[in-house]
Parts: sequence; C-alpha cells; structure tokens
Amino acid sequence: MANGAPDAASMAKKQQEISVADFFAKNRHMLGFDNARKALLTAVKEAVDNSLDACEEARILPDIRVEIRKVEGADDQYTLVVRDNGPGIVKAQIPRVFGKLLYGSKFHRLRMSRGQQGIGISAAGMYGQITTAKPVQITSRPHKSKPAHYYELRMDLKTNEPVILNEQEADWTSSVTGTQVAITMKATYFRGRQSVDEYLEQTAIANPHARFVFVAPDGVERVFPRAAQELPPEPLEIQPHPHGIELGIFTRLLQDSPYKSLGVFMTSAFSRVTSQIAAKVCKEAGLALSSIPAEVHPTEGEKLFQALQKAEIPPPRTDCLAPIGVEHLLKGMHKELGAEFYSATTRKPAIYRGNPFQIEVGIAYGGKLDSDGTARVIRFANRVPLQYQLSACASTKSVMDVGWKSYGLSQSRGSLPAGPLVIMVHMASVWVPFTNQAKEAIADYDEIRKEFKLAVQEAGRKLGTYLKKKQAAANQAKRRNVFNAYIEEVVRAYQAITTKDGQELREALLATSRKKTELAEKLEAMKHKAAPEEMEGTLIIGEDGNPIVPGAAAALEEEMSQSQVDAAEKMLEDSSTDSVNDDSEAEPVERADGGVTDGVLPGDAPIVLSAPKISWPSMTAGKKTDNATLSLFGEEDA
Amino acid sequence: MSAKRNMTDAKILQMAESVARQGLLGEDPLFHVPSRTLANVNFNVDKRIIEMGEGKTAREFFNLGQSKKFMQTMLVAEACKRLVAAGKTNSIRDLYYMTKHTIAGTRENTFDDQNESDPIIEDLEVTLDSLREELHLFASNKGAMVGEITLVDGGDTIDARRMGTGGWSVPSIVEPDVVQFLDCDAKFILLVEKDAMWRRLNEDKFWKLHHCILIHGGGQPPRGVRRLMHRMVNELKLPLYVFVDNDPWGYYIYSVVKQGSISLAYESRRMAIPSARFIGLSSADVEKYQIPDEVTIRLEDTDINRAKEIMAYPWFQSKPWQKEIQRMLSSKVKLELEALSAKGITYASDEFLPRKLKEKDFLD
Repeated sequence: MANGAPDAASMAKKQQEISVADFFAKNRHMLGFDNARKALLTAVKEAVDNSLDACEEARILPDIRVEIRKVEGADDQYTLVVRDNGPGIVKAQIPRVFGKLLYGSKFHRLRMSRGQQGIGISAAGMYGQITTAKPVQITSRPHKSKPAHYYELRMDLKTNEPVILNEQEADWTSSVTGTQVAITMKATYFRGRQSVDEYLEQTAIANPHARFVFVAPDGVERVFPRAAQELPPEPLEIQPHPHGIELGIFTRLLQDSPYKSLGVFMTSAFSRVTSQIAAKVCKEAGLALSSIPAEVHPTEGEKLFQALQKAEIPPPRTDCLAPIGVEHLLKGMHKELGAEFYSATTRKPAIYRGNPFQIEVGIAYGGKLDSDGTARVIRFANRVPLQYQLSACASTKSVMDVGWKSYGLSQSRGSLPAGPLVIMVHMASVWVPFTNQAKEAIADYDEIRKEFKLAVQEAGRKLGTYLKKKQAAANQAKRRNVFNAYIEEVVRAYQAITTKDGQELREALLATSRKKTELAEKLEAMKHKAAPEEMEGTLIIGEDGNPIVPGAAAALEEEMSQSQVDAAEKMLEDSSTDSVNDDSEAEPVERADGGVTDGVLPGDAPIVLSAPKISWPSMTAGKKTDNATLSLFGEEDA
Repeated sequence: MSAKRNMTDAKILQMAESVARQGLLGEDPLFHVPSRTLANVNFNVDKRIIEMGEGKTAREFFNLGQSKKFMQTMLVAEACKRLVAAGKTNSIRDLYYMTKHTIAGTRENTFDDQNESDPIIEDLEVTLDSLREELHLFASNKGAMVGEITLVDGGDTIDARRMGTGGWSVPSIVEPDVVQFLDCDAKFILLVEKDAMWRRLNEDKFWKLHHCILIHGGGQPPRGVRRLMHRMVNELKLPLYVFVDNDPWGYYIYSVVKQGSISLAYESRRMAIPSARFIGLSSADVEKYQIPDEVTIRLEDTDINRAKEIMAYPWFQSKPWQKEIQRMLSSKVKLELEALSAKGITYASDEFLPRKLKEKDFLD
C-alpha cells in the first residue's frame, strides 16, 4: 500500500450503486441503439411493437401511423411520431411506462407477445434525451368520451425515475382511443436494407390484420393496407413449465411465494404439476408438502429444484401459442411482395427447454421478386421482424441446411438458394430465445433448428411441385402451338404435290387442332384440380394479378368423356419417336468426312421412351369440393 | 416420263391424297412407316441376310412427339415429286436445302441439319416402297475403285486399270441403267476400310500383281459401293474379301457388307453379300504376323461394350467368330490397318496380304 496507492477504504469511497438507466445509457448498443442509423429503426420498432401488442390485447384491429420528421435547424435530428388506435394508457401510468426502464406488464408472465422485457420504448426515449436533450412527448386517450392527456417527460438517469416537465389536456383528432408518442433523437434516415421502410414492410407481411401508414422525412406517404379482418387469437398466459426454469428464478419464486404450502406453490406457480407430482417431488427432496414456501432454506430449495427437474412431468400446454396461420401468411406475403407463387406452412407446436414454440414458413417466388442473387430470408419472432444478424440466426442456418436443388432451385454448397425467392420464417413462442438483448437472432437450439428445417422443407416441396407443373405446362403450351405452324407446312406440301387448293384441308386441320388443344387444356386444368392436397397452403397468382383458384375448372369436369380424355392424353404423350416396339439399337456411325453414311442409323435414331402415362385419380374424385380455396382477399384491397 | 417415274409420282400423290382425305374427315392424319429398328429385322438363316420384318408404326400428325416428323416427311415427299417431275436427280444434301426453311410465324426451322433429313428420306423410301434412286436422290460420292475391269458409267467407258492414284470415284447410284460391266480380268475384289491403306495398295500396284479389284468405302461403305460390289460378286462371280481394322467397328463393317444393316434392312436383297470373307485384321494376326506390341491400341470401354453387342448378334454365332471376338476382349487391344507399316513400308502388299490369300486365312 506504499506510494499512496489506493487502499480498500479509499476505493470504497468510489464504489457506488449504478443505476439501471446509467448502465444502459453507457451500454446502449445492447438495446439496439449502437448508431444513428440503427437507433431510428429500433425506436420505430419499439413503438410499433408496443402499439400492436396493445391493440391486440384490447381486441382492436390496429391502425398505426408512423411519421419521421426532420428537425429544422439540426442536420442529424429527427422526430419520430407513432400514433395508434389502441386502448390508450391511463394517465397515472404514463410517466412510468415511458420514463422508467424495466417497467412493464410483459416480463413477469409467460404469454406470447412482441415486447418481452419492457426496456424498449423507454430506452428509445432515453436515447433521444441523451442525444438531443429533448423530452419525450406522449398523448393518450383511454376513453372515447374524455379528452386526451398530454405529457412531456424526462428520465432521471441516476434514479431511473420519470420527471414530468409538462402535463395538460390535449386534443385528439380521431373519434377513437389511442396513444401517440413523439421522440426527438439523433438519427440518420435511409431506405433499403435494415431500414424503417423494410421493417414496416415486413411487419405488414407478418401482421396482415394491421394497417400502417408511413410518412417519410421527404413527405412521401406509403400505405400498407389491411388484408385480413380477423385479429390473431388472443394468446393465453401460462405458468412456467418446471423443466424450463433455472435455479435462480426458482429460488426467487419460492421465496416470493404468497402460497401457504409447497403443494399449492408447485401446483399453482407451474404448469403441468399435479398434486401427485408435487407430493412425489417433495418426498424426493425430503420436504413436507405442507412446508411454507417462503421459509424453505435455499439448500433445501435446490434439492427441491433438482427433484423437480428429474420428475416426469407432461410437456407444457401449447394452446398458448397464436401462430400467424397459413391463410394469413399467404395474405400477408401476397399484399406486400408481388410474387407469382406463395406457399406457407405452420408446424405443430414443439418444446424447447420447457417452452412451447411453433414454427411457420412462407415462401414467395417469381413475379416482381428480384431474380439476381440468392434468396432473401425475412425472419420474425412473435410477428416482429428480425433485421440484423441474419447469419447468426438458427432459422437462416436451417434454410441453408435444406437441399433446394430438389425443389428446382440452384444452391451453392452451404449457402442460400438462388432465384427470385423470399423465404419468410416465423417463430412463435412464449419465450423466444434470442442470442442478445437487442433481439436480432434466434438462438440455435436443436429442437428449434429441426422445426425450422422441417417447415422450410414442407413449404419448399410445394414450391418444387409448382415449379415442376409450371415447367410442364409451359412446355406443353409451347408444343401445342406447333400444330398450327406445321399445318401450314403440310398444306403447302399438299398443294404442291396435288396442285389442288388446300384451303379446305387447312380449315379442317385447324379445326381439329383447336378441338385437340381445348381438350388438352381441359385436361391440364383437371390435373391441377386432381391433386388439391399437394398444393394445399399455396397461392398462385395469374398473369392478370389475380389468384388462380384451384378447382376453377370444376365445371368442365362433366363435359369430358373418358374417350376425350384418352384422346387428349394421347396427344400430349411425349413419345419423341414413332417406333413402338424397339429396343433401340443404334448402329455405329462413321462419318469422318462429314458425308453421308449409308446403311447406318444416325446415333440419335430411335430411342424409345415408353410414353409417360399420367395416372390420375378417378374422374369423379374432384367432386368432393374440398376447395381449400381460401377466400384470400380482404375487402379493402381486393 | 418413264414408267418408273410415273409410278413414283403416283405413289407420292396417293400419299398426299390419303393425308387430305383423313384431314377433311376430321380424323388424325397418319401414315404407316415400316419400322427400321432391330426389333423389326430378322436374320434369314437360309439366305444369310438381314431382312426387314412386317412391323409398321403409325406416324400421326396430331401427336406432339411425331408431328414434326410427319410434316418433314410431307416436305421431303413434295421435293422428291418435283425432282421426279423435272427428271432430275439431286444429292440428299441438296434435298436438305430444298426442304429447309423457317416455319412461318416461328423461329423454328423445318430441318436443322442433314442428320434430320436423311432418316426422313429413308422413312419415305420404306413408306412408298421406292428406292432412293426412284425418288431421284443420291448421296455424295464416297469410295474409290481401281483394278482389272473396264466398265461404262453414264455412257462413258472407264478402264479401272488407268485411274491414276485417286481411282474411279464410285457413284451413289450404280444400277444397270447407269453402270455396265464390259470386261473383267479380276479374280477377286478386295474391300479396304480406309483410303490410306487403299492408296498404299494402289501405289504398290497390288491389284495388277494379284489380278483383283481394289475398292474402299471411306469407313462404313455407302450404298453405292455396297451395291456395286453386290453386282460384281453376283454378275461377275467374284469372291469378296474385306480388309478392315481389328476393332468392333471393323467387324461391323464386314457384317454390314455381308448381311446387310438394320436400318436399311429393306436394301439387303440388293446389297448384302453373304459370300464375303473377312481377311483381316484378325485378333490372331498380332501373334501370327508378329506385329509389335507398341502399335496396338488399348480397348476403350465403348469398344468393349460394342464388341459384346456384336458377339450377341445371331449372325456372329459361328465358333471362329466367337473365338475371334473373345480373343480381342481378352487381349484388351485393337489394331489399325496402318499398324502393318511398322513391319515395313510395303509389308501389307508384299507379305501380309499375299500370305493371307495363299493360306486362305479367312473368317467366314
């Protein structure tokens, strides 16, 4: 301790409590406020996520307006205004919701929701305050019949407590309830990847029941219309599953327990624990069922925890999840992406670490999508877009794990498939495991990765089927045209040989061709219909921009007799040779001088393909109008 | 117009009318093409030639796999009709250009290359039962001949003893109305696979020394060469010896000359020469004539497969032939005619062939 070096006492003088707000002010990157670009996006995201959660909880179809305005006289300052038609916030809660970190309703319960920690919106306000010294402005109207209230708030970084700078009654322009938050912050606005525009576009895809309006700093307004009139089902709140909980949390639950006995504690605080299980676990841990939870010694608590982990407990209930669903996935992608084909899959719920989760995948292909380069993967967790750390995400790895070549796409080893393709992946869970606090990538649990892969494969297979059909249809259409072109040649040859007029023959052949082509088209239409199950969960957009409804050809069905079917099939048979009973013996060709070699078949001469017979279910099978013909279009943008 | 021309003309007309009749009735126009495939040929054990069977396949216009061929057949028929009417003959290459054009309203050509039109001509031959010359078509000349014979070709007298280094170019059509034989001092005909060996033998005046006719077909002999040999063998009663590379393709040249080919089985009666003998190169010759190992070539997989196919043909079932091919397969090497030059420039003329002929070392 010589030379005036600090001793414990002098060091102790410097030791002081660090406030949560202070900590995060210094570690703002942990919350997604690393730089001016990302800060704006994070702020929009936190505000919009809150609005969506609030609307849904109040069973209101969300209508959200996002506006970004440049602050006059300050080059790098923007004001973000997000306004919703949600239930509003009661006056007394406003300062704490917006002016205090880690204050919220979502952290302490297991319920599928967008925000989880309650850091988000107040952190955005804090970021604004640090960078511009401007307060957060909140207007909210929780009652239709009463006026709105307006607050200007500042956060005390030392105490993590809100400071009210101004509060008053305010006008609210619409007739409904709602909340508006305005934050002025140092920011950079841009378009493109990882932008606010992209975030809203993706949010609109995953939330087709919501309507968004976005006003950019240049005044350009963009509307993301609503495509579904039904709110997602309300997710249920569940108790944690014993196998999904860690010792520290368990100990705290035990100590804070208001329950009178361990038996009641275990059956009430956790899901799936019956009184039989509770009794068994207590016996295993050497504790009495009637012990008072708050009085259990931590070492005994640990024994109890271990016994609980070993006990056989049914998996957690999964009805607490509210996936987007195939229909809404298709609607959401269709309204924003402008592709020609969509497929979607919702997997059955599964469990990781005691937490139920459910994976969904949507694929959009072709149309206006960019055909250069590899597929675009858009990722969502509880309907929230994840725009950063693409390659760190379990979902991206799963997409790369899938062999896309078998679905007719090209793919370099260990990378994303190439082509005009958007792959949408969604994880719904009461607790999404992120790799970091900024919620940008889903952690790589085996169970999660496996579910992602299976879902991608399911949706991919449908794309593969579509691409195959499309190719086959294109080939057939092309070849069908050849008849008409060849008719002219045949008629001309006929005229030259016979010196007769061939007009009558031309007309007769054209008429036959037309008849045959119609038959073939009907046949195609029926084939499309004949296998609805393999194309379930898909949406195909015709050239006119409208969906092609599977089963539209149903009316044709009775008109086609079996003999007509046979005739059309025969025409479509791809017997590229006219030899029927040949075992394809090509004789050797020697044509060193490029001349004609008599007595020798050309190398490509008769190779006989047995004509591919298309087998199909009985003609009446189509009658079961299982047209999963989703009524895919909401009224607004039909 | 000669009776022959009239008949061809009528057959083409009949075919076109039949197509129109079906078309006007709203039926699928079709015609029946005898199959030129292995499945539709028989090996006639008595005559020892390959004959075409009765099998026919329908060529239909309203069938995506056949529509183009149908159209092409009509175009070829029309072009032949024009030739017949004008009393002119054209090469099959000319015919390809006569019928090639872009189909109106498409980017597609009626024919993309001659490999497409040649088989259509053969189809038309069998469909109309008219030979190529009856359709006024010929192939470009391929093959040359020298030797102890004088003949008339298109009215001009050709002395095959005075044809210089290049020989008389064998025309594609050698029917009696074009080619007549005047006098012949030859004792046999030697068919050489390739031009190079043929030149060697011609330069050495092999044909003069051994009183023969020396002919080559530039690989697989064209119909003109085969037909000419057939006529000389039958009309002049000459034996024919076939001198080819020792590889499966050489065996097959011999086989086509002797029995006929699968795709032109309908021509066997005018072309197959069952009495032809195989003079070499045999897989036994390496040892017998002590040809150095260095000039042998390793068999490729395609050679091995082809050899096995040939071994299975009904007309290669004799013991000596099975032994011959088996020996090639087990030695794993093949041999070109030119390899004989390794034993000396004129070895083939001076020693190899004379000894073969003297010892009657032939395969049948």
